[in-house]
Amino acid sequence: MKILVAVKRVIDYNVQVRVKEDGTGVVTDNVKMSTNPPDDNAIEEAVKIKESGKAKEIVAVTIGEEKSQETVRKALAVGADRGILVKAEGIIEPLAVSKILQKIVEKEKPDLVFMGKQAIDDDCNQTGQMLAALLNWPQATFASKIEVKEKSLEVTREVDEGLEVIEVNTPSIVTCDLRLNEPRYASLPNIMKAKKKPLEQINASDLGVDTKPRIEQIKVEEPPKRKAGIKVANVAELVQKLKNEAKVI
Amino acid sequence: MSVLLIVEHSNKEVKPFTLNAITAASQIDQDLHAIVIGNKSETVAKSISEIPNVKKVIHVDNEIYENYLPENFTPVITKYAENYSHIVCSANTFGKNLMPRVAALLDTSQVSDIIKVISPDTFLRPIYAGNAFATVKSTDKKKCITIRPTSFDPAATSGGSAEIVKGENGESFSSIKFIKREEVKSDRPELGTARIVISGGRGMQSGDNFKLITAIADKLNAAIGASRAAVDAGYITNDHQVGQTGKVVVPDLYIAVGISGAIQHLAGMKESKIIVAINKDGEAPIFSVADYGLEADLFEALPQFLEELNKLNTIQK
Repeated sequence: MKILVAVKRVIDYNVQVRVKEDGTGVVTDNVKMSTNPPDDNAIEEAVKIKESGKAKEIVAVTIGEEKSQETVRKALAVGADRGILVKAEGIIEPLAVSKILQKIVEKEKPDLVFMGKQAIDDDCNQTGQMLAALLNWPQATFASKIEVKEKSLEVTREVDEGLEVIEVNTPSIVTCDLRLNEPRYASLPNIMKAKKKPLEQINASDLGVDTKPRIEQIKVEEPPKRKAGIKVANVAELVQKLKNEAKVI
Repeated sequence: MSVLLIVEHSNKEVKPFTLNAITAASQIDQDLHAIVIGNKSETVAKSISEIPNVKKVIHVDNEIYENYLPENFTPVITKYAENYSHIVCSANTFGKNLMPRVAALLDTSQVSDIIKVISPDTFLRPIYAGNAFATVKSTDKKKCITIRPTSFDPAATSGGSAEIVKGENGESFSSIKFIKREEVKSDRPELGTARIVISGGRGMQSGDNFKLITAIADKLNAAIGASRAAVDAGYITNDHQVGQTGKVVVPDLYIAVGISGAIQHLAGMKESKIIVAINKDGEAPIFSVADYGLEADLFEALPQFLEELNKLNTIQK
């Protein structure tokens, strides 16, 4: 079995994001970037499946500027065999990303495509589902447990009401939840080894996909700030404030 | 221009967030039609037809729709989408799972999780875990929109009498099988719509200690939430998680207990009307969004809190 894992380079989850003064976006200069957290779970799961002998090859793919190579290298350092960087500038919307991934899937012919359930920058939660639609494959979104069977996967999904279990035949798309596994860290020797693993570069324009945004970003602003609160001295004061001042109990 | 709203339901009842989505959809355009796809879901279609904002109901009923699989819903929706300018549903796990599949086949760049309708093509949506708000304009002819339910009031549920039209089935998708659903049944208010929410974090130290929270939730008729750390640690099930990758809640009162207040948690609760934080670390970021902060050991504070509440006789149900 062959697994394609899509990863995205985003502002690190620990960074306090700041809005640019001119309202055109958020500050990304000199800001720490990392792999989108649930994409780490996607890579980890693929590596675990390979370690169990049920997969032969893992290909990590990303779409973005030159620097996104780092994200692919990190995937290679934790166990992916090969990398692909599809070079594209500017905002690439999930629809365009899924069209690019469709081209990669047609070329690579994986049995499974894994990725995080949502990117923590645009919070869209679309790409996996869109790719599944374009390929006419089944989708298992928000996966917190995956059991690999002969020609299918049994996937436990986290939904609002609790959990749902579905079985999807391969080929299929899985979008991963943060609770799927505990991503490993790359060891130094593996980081060094990853530098020698093949990383192919393709231009998005060569794939014949129109990546022009369909959504115009008119402005980005800071959300309204909450007014500063107070500290109360004890529980009795808290309850009194909630009852008489805030009038919520 | 008219709007097609996808109804989320349980085959028997309309799910509450559908009502919030209806409010948002009718702000886009008054000519609002709703599509109910389900199995033996006549009562759902009837309830939807009684919502005054809804002008017409399309009802597609077949056993293949029993478990709301997006692979089966999508062909029906894309077929009916032809007649509409906007396709709308709520941005919960139902809508998140379904809408992008629809949007991709309509070749539309979906606008996810809107919190405000500025005009029929322009919307406000949070990005970066709510640390920025983006005003975005869709240039696609047909627009697929998911709405953040807690940002819109629920629509009135009675007084209307829309026509119900039987719709045609689509194809059944063969390479997926639904196995089971493990719903957590509870008599408590739903987390997403509760007036009061009390949440526990890593500071609770164990699942057993959540009984301190449960006791207060019982007293206040509150829903119980949790931080991701508490769910990851196995203290409580995933359906309680509040935050960027969990649920977004906007109650009148949110009580965060033993929660440090990571950006990702704040994303799910900082729009709450009143926020209370109980934490022994006075420097915890949760205090920066709290209207009332209590720096205290939760194992002492929670029993006292319950005791104080017991002294009050005016708890609103």
